Amino acid sequence: MEFLIALMVGALVAAAVYLMLARNVLRFLFGLLLISNAANLLIFASGGLTPESPPLIPEGAKLPPEGVANALPQALVLTAIVIGFGLFAFALVLIYRGYQTMGTLDSDEMRLAEPEDGH
Amino acid sequence: MTSLIVRAATRLLVGLLLMFSIWMLLRGHNDPGGGFIGGLIGATGFILYAIAHGSKAAREALRLDPQTIAVSGLAVAFLAGLAGLIPGDAIFTGQWLFLGATEGDKGLPLSTILVFDLGVYLVVLGAVLTLVFALEEEI
Amino acid sequence: MADHGSNSRVLGGPAGWISILLPLSLFLWFLQFLPAIAAGEVLVWQIDWVPSLGVSLGILLDGLSLTFALLITGIGALVTLFSSSYLGGHIHYTRFVIYLLAFMTGMLGLVLSDNLLALFVFWEVTTVSSYLLIGFDADLAKARRDALQALLVTGIGGLAFLAGIVLIGIASGGFSIAAIEGSLADHPLYLPIFLLVVAGAFTKSAQVPFHFWLPNAMSAPTPVSAYLHSATMVKGGVYLLARLNPSLGGTDIWFWTLVVFGGVTAVFASVLAIRQTDIKQVLAYTTLMALGTLVMFIGVGSDYAIEAAMAFLMVHSFYKAALFLMIGIVDHGTGTRDATVLRGLGRAMPFTMLAAVLAALSMAGLPPMFGFVGKEFLYKAALGAPAMLWVTGCIFVASALMFAAGGIVAFRPFTGNLAKTPVTPHDGPWPMLVGPILLGLFGLAFGLMPDWAEPLVRPSTAAVLGRDAEVDLYLFKEVNAAFLLSLATFAVGFVIYLIHPLLRVGLARVPPLFDPGWNRGMDGVAAGTHGLTALIQTGRLRRYIFVTFMTLAFALGAAIWRADLTPEIPALEDLRVKHWAVLIFILAGALLTAFTNSRMTAVAALGVVGIGVALVFIIFGAPDVAITQLLVEVLQVVLVAVAMLKLPNLNPEYIRTIRGWDLALAVTLGVMTTVILLAVMTVPLDLRLTEFFEVTSVPEAFGRNIVNVILVDFRALDTFGEIAVIAVAGLGAYALLRGTRRPNP
Repeated sequence: MEFLIALMVGALVAAAVYLMLARNVLRFLFGLLLISNAANLLIFASGGLTPESPPLIPEGAKLPPEGVANALPQALVLTAIVIGFGLFAFALVLIYRGYQTMGTLDSDEMRLAEPEDGH
Repeated sequence: MTSLIVRAATRLLVGLLLMFSIWMLLRGHNDPGGGFIGGLIGATGFILYAIAHGSKAAREALRLDPQTIAVSGLAVAFLAGLAGLIPGDAIFTGQWLFLGATEGDKGLPLSTILVFDLGVYLVVLGAVLTLVFALEEEI
Repeated sequence: MADHGSNSRVLGGPAGWISILLPLSLFLWFLQFLPAIAAGEVLVWQIDWVPSLGVSLGILLDGLSLTFALLITGIGALVTLFSSSYLGGHIHYTRFVIYLLAFMTGMLGLVLSDNLLALFVFWEVTTVSSYLLIGFDADLAKARRDALQALLVTGIGGLAFLAGIVLIGIASGGFSIAAIEGSLADHPLYLPIFLLVVAGAFTKSAQVPFHFWLPNAMSAPTPVSAYLHSATMVKGGVYLLARLNPSLGGTDIWFWTLVVFGGVTAVFASVLAIRQTDIKQVLAYTTLMALGTLVMFIGVGSDYAIEAAMAFLMVHSFYKAALFLMIGIVDHGTGTRDATVLRGLGRAMPFTMLAAVLAALSMAGLPPMFGFVGKEFLYKAALGAPAMLWVTGCIFVASALMFAAGGIVAFRPFTGNLAKTPVTPHDGPWPMLVGPILLGLFGLAFGLMPDWAEPLVRPSTAAVLGRDAEVDLYLFKEVNAAFLLSLATFAVGFVIYLIHPLLRVGLARVPPLFDPGWNRGMDGVAAGTHGLTALIQTGRLRRYIFVTFMTLAFALGAAIWRADLTPEIPALEDLRVKHWAVLIFILAGALLTAFTNSRMTAVAALGVVGIGVALVFIIFGAPDVAITQLLVEVLQVVLVAVAMLKLPNLNPEYIRTIRGWDLALAVTLGVMTTVILLAVMTVPLDLRLTEFFEVTSVPEAFGRNIVNVILVDFRALDTFGEIAVIAVAGLGAYALLRGTRRPNP
């Protein structure tokens, strides 16, 4: 299964990069979503994959059962997901606002800061 | 969006979702759940309400501005962290009080950790709702 | 400077008092160490500064550093006294004082540091404060340009020096100067160390071919020229060479590099000095001559040579600071510095003339001045040096020209008939006169009583040599070759002085080489950066992203190549339906998102990917993460759906075609990620942190859900930072939507 996860992360990165290189900023946004998914999976997988045993300690016990999943990357990924959502939402609003102001979603035509002719 | 079925069902669903979110928050320390998940579930409830009845009604149901909720959540979490300083520990050290603890039964556990998690809950709820409401009203 | 002299406050007010009293009290403080140092002691103090990098504020006080410290604080006090009158009325006088004191701090730190890294930091402090002081008249384009030139030349040299320091640290096992044992000459890193250190020293001390910045640095106010660009800062490079002589000196390459470049600088500069009409420029070039001489004699490295260099260092600091200050008074009192205009000022400016004559006699090397002692010892050392003809020849030519330059600067302007000057000539106020006269008198006193200088010259010679040496300074002992050479110098120098107007005209025909070269170089750099900017900063977002990902691909590729990662494709066993389902969800979702032209399809495909990822979390025992992932997926779809109502579709007309380059880069990065992740997963995990959390979760944090305990207890501070980010994202988006809404679009 490790190999499959690695393959999936690779595929997600490839699709994300391809999308982020597009002219349409909505595609960029989709790429952003995919790449944060890829990053989360990557962190999760580098912490080791342990099937079907969540890092929970049974009632009354002091230690988790043997062979429980690695809790640390889970904690990292959990916050990363929520932060990734914050980033996505902000980017979405930014794109929306940009469209309202400039009337386009084509990043090549968004040249307020660096106009075509000037320096 | 405004079908009668949806509107009737959401009244019930929203209440359930909110109760569920609080339950998720409280059980988080021992079972899957916690402030992040609770906050997201709570936000989903209000978003559902906003879809059915409009964001104006949802704001009224919320009573407080979502921005206020988010910022006060941040303050709550920070104060919970500061409380660690009182007994002389490092900042953000958890402090526990077991109410009515007897031998064999640890009683009702109260902690700054729970307060901190409540802060997380409020921040996530408030921030997500701020976003969604603002976007919805803008459009 | 139209506004100097219009000084209503006594000695420049509080800023002026501080600037005078501080170096003065430091000077007196340093004096107390003189007996101990003269007796041959070396004082070392250690204070940890950045212990993790091995940087300590070690203070090393021996003859060499004490000599410099006394010159820095003593001349510093006289220069600040001068400035309080010269610049006291300037609107930016306080700023000037701050720069000057910053420089003084840096320079003192430079000569007192035992740690090479600390020395480098102070070295750069002097570079930066020199930049600020040269550009003090920031309204003038020339001052700004000259300041930048000085900063770049010495700054680039400083970087080379830093690299040299790092290599010294590798070679000697530490950064303490006092702890470098023996010579590094046999170390394999000797050559790179030598070249880098010499690059730093030669740029700082303005040796040919890096000399051109120093004459340009004369754009600075005159007290700055007197202080930084003759007496102290430019000797930083000399100090460095002297300080490292025990570790790096004594080799052939050391000898030839220093002797040749020093000699060329000395002769070249003193010839150019004759050519100048601005007497401040004359002095600037004679300073170059002195620096060249010092470098040459440190290169020679014999006992006599070092003794002569150390004596000459003091001689030069006295007379050159005095002459610069004197020129400040002349400039101030007449309104010009043109050597062809200034004549007959002696009657109107008697005190200035006194200072000028005292200093110039020393510069010309006439008895009974200290300058004569210095020159005698230079000759004596030169006659005994290995490359005797070259060294003696250089020093003879330079000294003769120096004699003539002394006449041009300090004799001619004061004699003859008074010529018309922009301002009616008048003497300076006492704060301006004290410095040059006192320094001139020093030159006389040390000349009559050379023994007085021995308590400093002996220990500094010992410090440079790395061992004790016999030092005996005297004014006159016998008629010998050195004395005869001195007489010849006077004769030739006098002839040069007489014919210098002719020489000047002749030399003026030679076009300047280095400064225009610098300009061309800078223009080239500017054009290059312009081209580079045009190439990579196209103003197109996707071009930037492409470059970023391209860089990432190169970095990852290099890492993969260096670690020699070859992915092993393991046997796919015990895969169940749910695994295949996840794989199909994610692969199909990713592909569909990437290539669809319908935004609704894209959103749905993204949802499929999200659910696939959540399934992975469920399968591998992460219920908290999976729940969060699913909830976030739902919210994302809601947000996109809301936003889509107002956004246009995905303009399909220009995305029908596959973007080949983008696709290639994307696939490359994807493959690299897979390879690296596979390699990462084969490395045994360091589970110490996880085990700590598992063991302490119940007993200390009273929680059975370890993930949540980590979030809200163990790493609560991090979580607090993260929820702060979320709150800011929410508020920021709100502000973006509401705060920037136009009144009525």
